[in-house]
Amino acid sequence: MRMISARRIAQLFFFLLFLWFCLVSTLGDRLWQLRGWPVNWFLQLDPLVGAGVLLATRTLYRGLLWGVVTIVLTLFLGRFFCGWICPMGTLQQWIGYLSQRRATPAQRIRRNQPHRAQLVKYGLLLFLLAAACAELLHFFFGSFSGRPVFFTLLFSLVAAMLWVICEQTRIKAVLVFSGVVASGVVLYWWSPQAHWLAGSLQVGLLDPIVFITRAANLVILPIIDNPYQVTSAIPRFYEGVGFVGALFMVVLVLCTWVPRFYCRFVCPLGALYGFLGRWAVWRIGKSEDRCRECKRCEDYCEGACAPTQVIQTSECVLCLNCMDRCRHGLMAYQSKPSAAGEQQVPDLRRRHVFASIVLGLAAAPSIRLNASLGVNWNPDVLRPPGALAETQFLSRCIKCGQCMRICPTNVIHPATWEAGAEGLWTPVLNYRIGTSGCQHSCVACSTICPTAALRPLTVDERMGRNRYATGGPLRIGMAFVNRGRCLPWAMDTPCIVCQENCPVSPKAIFTRTEFRPIRDGLQPVRSTEGNRIVLAGGSWSLDALSGGDYTVQWNNHLPVAIAGNVGGEITLAEAPASAAAPVPGDTAQIRVRLQKPYVDPHRCIGCGICEHECPVQGRRAIRVTAENESRHIGRRMVIR
Amino acid sequence: MPPGSPMERRVFLRRLAQTLFMAAASGALGLAFWDPRGPDGGTKRNDAFVMPDFSGGGEGARMAIARGFDRIQGAESVIRALGGMATFIRPGDRVLLKVNAAFASPPLLGATTHPDMVIAVARMCFQAGAERVMVTDNPINDPSSCFELTGIGPAARSAGAEVILPSPDQFRQYGLEGGQLIQNWPLLGVPLTMADKLIGLAPVKDHHRSGASLTIKNWYGLLGGRRNLFHQRIHTIIAELAMMMRPTLVILDGTSSMIANGPTGGSLDDLRETRTIIAGTDPVAVDAAGAALLGKTPQDLPHLALAEKAGAGTVDYQSLRPVKVSGPV
Repeated sequence: MRMISARRIAQLFFFLLFLWFCLVSTLGDRLWQLRGWPVNWFLQLDPLVGAGVLLATRTLYRGLLWGVVTIVLTLFLGRFFCGWICPMGTLQQWIGYLSQRRATPAQRIRRNQPHRAQLVKYGLLLFLLAAACAELLHFFFGSFSGRPVFFTLLFSLVAAMLWVICEQTRIKAVLVFSGVVASGVVLYWWSPQAHWLAGSLQVGLLDPIVFITRAANLVILPIIDNPYQVTSAIPRFYEGVGFVGALFMVVLVLCTWVPRFYCRFVCPLGALYGFLGRWAVWRIGKSEDRCRECKRCEDYCEGACAPTQVIQTSECVLCLNCMDRCRHGLMAYQSKPSAAGEQQVPDLRRRHVFASIVLGLAAAPSIRLNASLGVNWNPDVLRPPGALAETQFLSRCIKCGQCMRICPTNVIHPATWEAGAEGLWTPVLNYRIGTSGCQHSCVACSTICPTAALRPLTVDERMGRNRYATGGPLRIGMAFVNRGRCLPWAMDTPCIVCQENCPVSPKAIFTRTEFRPIRDGLQPVRSTEGNRIVLAGGSWSLDALSGGDYTVQWNNHLPVAIAGNVGGEITLAEAPASAAAPVPGDTAQIRVRLQKPYVDPHRCIGCGICEHECPVQGRRAIRVTAENESRHIGRRMVIR
Repeated sequence: MPPGSPMERRVFLRRLAQTLFMAAASGALGLAFWDPRGPDGGTKRNDAFVMPDFSGGGEGARMAIARGFDRIQGAESVIRALGGMATFIRPGDRVLLKVNAAFASPPLLGATTHPDMVIAVARMCFQAGAERVMVTDNPINDPSSCFELTGIGPAARSAGAEVILPSPDQFRQYGLEGGQLIQNWPLLGVPLTMADKLIGLAPVKDHHRSGASLTIKNWYGLLGGRRNLFHQRIHTIIAELAMMMRPTLVILDGTSSMIANGPTGGSLDDLRETRTIIAGTDPVAVDAAGAALLGKTPQDLPHLALAEKAGAGTVDYQSLRPVKVSGPV
C-alpha cells in the first residue's frame, strides 16, 4: 500500500471519529449518545490545550495528560498530527484539493512556495502562551522559598530543556532564563501579594481542534440537525454564534486560495508542533542530491515546506505527497537530514519572539484595567453551574462549546462581548432560548467540561443534599421581579406562572394576596334580579370577570364571587339573600384577587425557569442576574 | 557525509538522545502537574490568620470615666485614673491605634476620631516607651482622603506615629471561631500582626441601624470586602466583632457626641457637648456606659447583651467599679 493511502485512510478515520464524537455528545444512553464515549479525546490530545491550562492554572486536569502522548510522538515523528489526524487540517486539505484541481501544475506549485507570513503562526503561539503563563510563573517564583526542592528540580529541568532546544545559543539561553527567574524570584520575595502579571487563557480562540469543535457543535450540527431533530427534541439555537460560523467559513474559503491557509499562517498548534518536530528522528527530505528540479514534489505540498530546496522541517505536515509524486524516488521519510539541506527551526528573528512574548504578557493586565473581574463585573453574565470564580474560570475555559452542545435544555450560549474581550465564546446562560431554564438536577455541563472550568459536580452538591446540606444548593444567580412589567404587580392581571414553575422546595418564589379595585370598578347599581346585578357603566368584555378572581361588594356585604358578565351586567356565583341584595342607587365595587410574586433570596438558586416561563416574553418581568451566585463569595447579596 | 558513515551515525544518535530527553522531560512535567481530581469550589477557605490577643490577660477588667475636661486633658486624666499608660504599654512595644476614620469629613463634625485624641494617646504611648505607634482604619470613603481630611493623618505624623492605609495587601482571609458571619472574610490583618498592643479610639455616634456606634462598632473598620452585607444582621455582627477582638484598651471619646443624623453627621446641630471620656479594657462595659451619652440604655443596644452572652465582656459596667474623675468644666 502506498504511504499516502495510509495517510488518507487515517485522515478519513479520524475525521469520521471526530464527527462521531460530535454527534454522540448528546445526553442519553443509546449507542449513538453520550454513554461514556470519550467525546473530549481530540481536545485532550491537543497539547496546546494542555499547555495553556498548565500555564494558566499550574495543573494539568485529568485527560489533558493525553497531550503528553501527542508531544512525545511529535518529538519522534514530526507533525504527524497535522497531516494525519487533525480534522481541521483534513477538511482544509480536501477543500484545497478540490479547488486546485483545475489549476495548472505551475499555478499549484506557485501557491505552495514557502512564504514569510508562515512565521505569523509562531508569533501567535508565543503570544497566546505568554498571555496564559502568569499563574505558573507566579507559582514557580513563589516555590523558591516555600518548596526549594521542587523549585530546583523544575528550574534544572527547564534549563536543561533550553540547553537542548537552543543548540546554537545554549549558554545565552540558559543565562537569559536564569536572569528572568532570578528577577521573578526577587520581585516575588519583595512583594508576594503584588500580582504584577495576570494570565488569560486564550489559546482556544485559534487552536484548530477547539476551533472546529466549536464550529461543529454550534454551527454545523444545528444547521444539519435542526430540520430533522435527531440529536435534540427541539431545534438548537446559539446566541452569539454568527461570528463563530463566519470565521469558520472564512477559513474554509481561504484554503481555496492558498491550500491549508489556516495551517500555514495561523495555526498555533501547528506552530507548537513545528517547534517540537525539530528533533524528529525521522523526517522528510531528499535521499540524494541529484534532483532534476521538476518540482512535482511541490505540486501538492500541503505544508509549503520547499521539499525541492532546503526543506523547512517545521513547516512539513507529513502529507507525504512529495514522496508519492517524485518519479525518481528521491523523497524519503528518513533518519538522516535531507541531502539538499534542511532548516530545522523557523527563521524567527529575536525581535519577533520578544515582541510576541511581551505583548502576550501585557494582554491580560491591560484588558483587566476595566475592572471587569473586580468591582465592575457584569451581572448579566450568568455562568453554568459548577463554573469557578470568574478569574479562575477564565484561566481554564478554552471556549470549545462542549457544555453548550451537551446542555439538554439549550440554555448555554457562547458569549459575544458581554463577558469582556477575554470572555469571547465562553459559556453564558440565556434563559429565553431553550426548552426551560437550567435544570435543577442536571450536572451534564460540569461533567463534560474538558478543562474543569466548570468543575465536576455531583447532583448532591448542586442541590445541596446529604453531605452538602449545610452549604445549601448551588446558586447561579438570583431572580428579580420587575414590578413595572409584572402582570399582577403592574397590570391588575392574575398570573404567578413564575411561582408555579419554581422548582425549589420550599419555593423560592412566594406570593402575597391583595384584592385591588379594578379599573372603572366603582359603579352605581341600576337594577338587581336574583343573582344578576346590572351596573350603570362598565364595558368589560364578555365573561372577563368570570373565573373566580373577581368579586363584587356593595354596602357592608361580604364580597361575592362573580360567575360571569355581559358588559356591566354581572352574574354572581351565588344569589344574595333578598334582604341584603343591592338596590338601585347602591354603589358596587368590583375587585380582582391578585397574588403578587416575591423572591426569597435565601431560597433562589438562579435556575431561570421563572424567567423562561414568564409570559411577558420580550424583556421578562422576572429576570435572573448573577447577584448572589455561589461561585464567588464576594458576590454574596444576602447573609443567613 | 557518506551514507552509513560513523559521522552520520553519530549525528543520528545525538538527535535520538535529544528526542528521548525532550520526551522524558515533557512526560515528567506532565506527570508533575497532573491533577486527576480538578479544582474545588474554593469557597470554604479560611486562611490561617490567627487573631492576636492584645489584652493584658489575667487581672480583671478596669474602667475609668472622666467628666468635664477638654479632650486632651480628659484623655490624660482617664488614663491616669487607670494607672497610667505604662500599665498597658511596655517599653519597646509596637502599638496600633484603631481610629474611626470612616468618612472624609472635617474633625469639627465629629464623625471620626478627633485628631487631638490621636495626638494625646500617641504621645502617652511614646512616653510609656512605645517603640512605634501605628494608626489604621479601613474607611468607607476614599482612604487617603479620609485620613487627611479628618486631620488624623497630620495629627499622627506630628506625634511621630505612622498611618497604615488599607491597601489590598494589608488584608488576610479570616474566620472567627464560633462566628456565623465572619467566615472566610477579608480582614485588615497585617497591621494587627505588626503590633504588640491595640488601642481602640472611637467617637460617640448615633447610628440609625444599630442604635449607636461606640468602641465595638469601631472594629467594623477592620473588615474588608462588601462588609455592609452584615447590616442585614447588625447586632449579630457587632457582637461577633466583640468576640473577635481582645484589645489592650479602648477609649470612647464623648467630649462631644453625635446625637442625630449618624453616623455621618454633617452639621454642628447633630452634635452635643457631653464632655465625657470613658476608657477601659472591656469594650462591652465601656459601650454600656457610653450609651447614656446618646440618651440610651444598654437595653437599647441589643448587641451588648449578645456580646455579653458570647463572653466578650459585661454590660453591668458598674460591677467594674469605674474610677470617676471630674474636671474643671
